[in-house]
Amino acid sequence: MNTMAIKAAKAPGLPKSRTSVITNLPVNAAPRAGPLLAALVDLAARVIPPALVLALVLLVWEMLCARKGASLPPPSRVLSDTWELIVDPFFDRGGLDKGLFWHLSASLQRVALGYALAAAVGVALGTLVGQSVWALRGLDPLFQVLRTVPPLAWLPLSLAAFRDGQPSAIFVIFITAIWPIIINTAVGIRNIPQDYRNVAAVLRLNAAEFFSKIMIPAAAPYIFTGLRIGIGLSWLAIVAAEMLIGGVGIGFFIWDAWNSSHISEIILALTYVGITGFILDRLVALTASIVTRGTAAN
Amino acid sequence: MSYLRIDHVDKTFARGSQETEVLRDITVEVEKGQFVSIIGHSGCGKSTLLNIVAGLTQPSRGGVLLENREVNDPGPDRAVVFQNHSLLPWLTVYDNIRLAVDKVFAAKKGRRERHDWTLENLDLVQMAHAKDKRPHEISGGMKQRVGIARALAMQPKVLLLDEPFGALDALTRAHLQDSVMAIHQTLGNTVLMITHDVDEAVLLSDRVVMMTNGPAARVGEVLEIGMARPRRRLELAADPSYIKYRQRLLEFLYARHRTPQLQAAE
Repeated sequence: MNTMAIKAAKAPGLPKSRTSVITNLPVNAAPRAGPLLAALVDLAARVIPPALVLALVLLVWEMLCARKGASLPPPSRVLSDTWELIVDPFFDRGGLDKGLFWHLSASLQRVALGYALAAAVGVALGTLVGQSVWALRGLDPLFQVLRTVPPLAWLPLSLAAFRDGQPSAIFVIFITAIWPIIINTAVGIRNIPQDYRNVAAVLRLNAAEFFSKIMIPAAAPYIFTGLRIGIGLSWLAIVAAEMLIGGVGIGFFIWDAWNSSHISEIILALTYVGITGFILDRLVALTASIVTRGTAAN
Repeated sequence: MSYLRIDHVDKTFARGSQETEVLRDITVEVEKGQFVSIIGHSGCGKSTLLNIVAGLTQPSRGGVLLENREVNDPGPDRAVVFQNHSLLPWLTVYDNIRLAVDKVFAAKKGRRERHDWTLENLDLVQMAHAKDKRPHEISGGMKQRVGIARALAMQPKVLLLDEPFGALDALTRAHLQDSVMAIHQTLGNTVLMITHDVDEAVLLSDRVVMMTNGPAARVGEVLEIGMARPRRRLELAADPSYIKYRQRLLEFLYARHRTPQLQAAE
């Protein structure tokens, strides 16, 4: 609002043609512009700092790598080397020679399948472990041991079992994402307040009604915490898994670029991997905030 | 035989090898349409007693008879208004009540009727204006009103109130007490209320059951409150019989059955 006042005070001093434009504005323009301006300032406050940091990082990188004999290309070289890949992500020359869009989409499909399986099985197992003391005693030690196995350590075993790269990669995603989903769901179910159980008991809700009307909504914030950790881990695991199994996929693209010494392509692919992972995380967080609206606030 | 009978109930909690006797030989009778309060110091086991009537806790010995039939498990015929309202935070005020209505009247009422019945009960507690709000958007007193509406909507044989106004400020509490009195006057419900508030007990009840201190709390005294209804808070403040009843309760609670902490402090 202060800036508005200053502008208005300055107006008489402006050249004639501009003053007339300003005086012709409707009277209520100022209060309406107030919140808009505030929103712009707010946006700038959030966009400018990361933009500055990014510019600074690029600058330092450029300075470090522009020297002769530098082992990594500077950002300007990366851009010029990979310009074709950036402007045309959709080309498909058959085989593995495809645009980055196709590689990313192949990876995302594997993640979608493995993650969906992990979410379904994870919530079901988590509910079982959270609800039954005996299931907890029987399964929890097993879960606690298995969840520490690194994702890639499962790959040889799953290759042996499935004898094919595609299902093996999906299995690795599944087995990576499932543990946080199971554990968080179980904690959520165990933490359902006794009050809600009492309400369900007085209403004589049957098992199915209790599950859908009390258990899932009450545990939803916990379940979504697990799902959010799970999607992050899936995306971490897929790139590594694809490097080993080959075929179309962003992980293989990186490995292939390394084998052909296209360092710039690796850097471009890493940027895409990071941005995609960020978007996946935000998508799950957004879904969570829509679905659990009101649940956490009590 | 009375409408609701708590019959020689004992309750012992066992934790490992250690046993704590909470209630000993409790017998309380409630006639149809009566408003009965159970009063006692906190920790005396009165909430445990209410949970036993609700069927949420099993007695160690004895039992609860409603219309001469033993009741062991929870059910909508003994609807509970919980101390902390226990509304489901992910449902709107309307949906919280509708959930109960849908479950209890699934077979007896059509969709339209259930909708109307939900609104009717919200109206009864003057909460129809907030029907689309979620519990965290309304005040503590309003939540408790909705909790009462949910219990009433089940058309229970006995309404169980577990210190329903304990967490509220004095003004809100007075408002709600008046509402509960008015509803009791109109609908003629049978009510069993747990409280530790002497004024509340005298104002609302036809009979007050006084419990001794735990462990092994027993029924100490029973006081019939013979004041005519409808009762008005302001007129009662100077009413000699009101003062006398109040005196009797205070005498029991603070002279003869002080809390162990208070005794230790002397």
